[in-house]
Amino acid sequence: MIETLLIAFIKIVIVLLVLLTAVAYSVYAERRISAFIQDRLGPNRVGPFGLLQPIADVVKLVFKEAIVPRNANKPLHDLAPVISLTVALATFAVIPFGNTITLFGEEVKLIIADVNIGVLYILAFSSISVYGIALAGWSSNNKYSLMGSLRSSAQMVSYELSLGLAVVGVIMVTGSLRLDQVVMNQTNYLFGVLPAWNCFVQPIGFITFVVAAFAETNRQPFDLPEAEPELVGGFHTEYTGLKFGLFFLAEYAHMIVASAIITTLYLGGWHLPYIDMIDVSPMLMSIIGILTFVIKVTLVLLFMIVIRWTIPRFRYDQLMGLGWKVMFPMALLNIFITGLILLLLQ
Amino acid sequence: MTFEEVFFYFLAAGAIVSALLVITRRNPINSVIFLVLNFFFLVALYLTLKAQFIAIIQILVYAGAIMVLFMFVIMLLNLGDEKRLTDRVTWKQFVAIGLSLAFVMQVLYIVGFGETAEMKTMSAKAVDIGTVEYIGKELFSYYVLPIEAISVLIVAAVVGAIVLAKRKFD
Amino acid sequence: MIPLNFYLVLSALLFTIGVVGVLTRRNAIIVFMSIELMLNSVNLTLVAFSSFLGDATGQMLVFFVITIAAAEAAIGLAIIIALFRNKQTVNIDEINLLKW
Repeated sequence: MIETLLIAFIKIVIVLLVLLTAVAYSVYAERRISAFIQDRLGPNRVGPFGLLQPIADVVKLVFKEAIVPRNANKPLHDLAPVISLTVALATFAVIPFGNTITLFGEEVKLIIADVNIGVLYILAFSSISVYGIALAGWSSNNKYSLMGSLRSSAQMVSYELSLGLAVVGVIMVTGSLRLDQVVMNQTNYLFGVLPAWNCFVQPIGFITFVVAAFAETNRQPFDLPEAEPELVGGFHTEYTGLKFGLFFLAEYAHMIVASAIITTLYLGGWHLPYIDMIDVSPMLMSIIGILTFVIKVTLVLLFMIVIRWTIPRFRYDQLMGLGWKVMFPMALLNIFITGLILLLLQ
Repeated sequence: MTFEEVFFYFLAAGAIVSALLVITRRNPINSVIFLVLNFFFLVALYLTLKAQFIAIIQILVYAGAIMVLFMFVIMLLNLGDEKRLTDRVTWKQFVAIGLSLAFVMQVLYIVGFGETAEMKTMSAKAVDIGTVEYIGKELFSYYVLPIEAISVLIVAAVVGAIVLAKRKFD
Repeated sequence: MIPLNFYLVLSALLFTIGVVGVLTRRNAIIVFMSIELMLNSVNLTLVAFSSFLGDATGQMLVFFVITIAAAEAAIGLAIIIALFRNKQTVNIDEINLLKW
């Protein structure tokens, strides 16, 4: 009993540390890549290549004055960023970041909470992440914040539908709601050569899911809740100092979690194709699994960042139109096709 | 007291306090927050009853969709504090509270005098019943007619909501 | 092991809180939320019975209740928005068109 708790605790600490470091450095990556795309230099002063910039940013945010607007609802104003970050970090609990690893004669599963409804857990937490943004906008007592959070509530509720329905296809193929089962199912090969990743098995579902995940994380081209030219800063207009920092962290944590979910559900998770054909020791295999997962997540994250600096922002009616008239029917079509094929293959 | 009992009392107290806060807050947004908190206590209670599917559906549908809708409407109407909560205590409210207390007494009486053996311990099948697989199989075999009926009802609700919310064309 | 009665008493208390909310509050949205409270207390009873008696029917009913609650919230809130547009209030004392 004590042993399992201790193992779980160590896993949580390690994952949180890695996740928060990754969040800090994805901000750095975003700034460097945007600078490269816009032919600028980007942050390069603090440390070699500006690598210490995230630390400088955090120190700056901590020491800034925390201003709360006079007519703001103080408790909710404080609560909102906490909800945002907590929800983003809590989602990571069910994501398998490796197969199993044998340490000190003990087989450890590389997943914090091995629940049998992992997929539903992810959907549930992505659906309550809207509270952080909505409360931030409402409690600030600022019209731009309110408009940002109204937009975001509507957007997230709309895209949640296509997100959930896209996942249904994966569940149908896997036949289980366990996320490690989803990854295991992708370690096979299609026609003997192509890895059976769900992005090949479920191309329509994959596209729908990625678009919906972009909308759920409020990233470009769907970052209307904080569209700078129209709404000043959207829901976090009235936030300063550490609370703004929490929102900032939460946004990148959401991105990393979304990349991890996309990797797990559609890109084979920790599975490196063709590695099982050569003979490697189980220990090395576990480490390769973790590295594969990290690299895949990083690639998806870089893809998200590049998209942000490449594609212009949607107009609000276009966004809603896309969500309800394109993504939603596509997700339904995907379920229909998947069901049909599964029936024929039986 | 065992750990289980302490945990139950904690959840029960949390659920009751948050429910009381829901109906006493002046500002509707605060009510929404406490109602969501109440749902989370209920989710934990469902988990003590081994009903994991219902628990996750409670978060997904109630906390994630229905309450967001409430919050959305409150923000959209920009409702401020309700001013006349305290200065309009009428005799009706006392009657309401009295009747409710009578109701509680009645339920407590019935519950207190009707305990049978199977009410003492949870059924061994409870863990199986709570899983998604079991509920899914039941839902699409034995309950297939109700679920079709309810899908028609949902469509009716969607159409109704659109008709009601749409501005009349001039 | 917690006996079934504890769950039933808890759910009766929650239901009563919901009833008091409906009867005493004047804000239509809070009245609505109190109705959700009542629905949830009933759900708790159903789940408790289902787990104690080993019968899945209770949880099926909860599933249907949640679905109905979603439909009801959508319709009810649409009605409240329509009312607010016409009368600029959500106070149920001032909305008395159907009184006679």
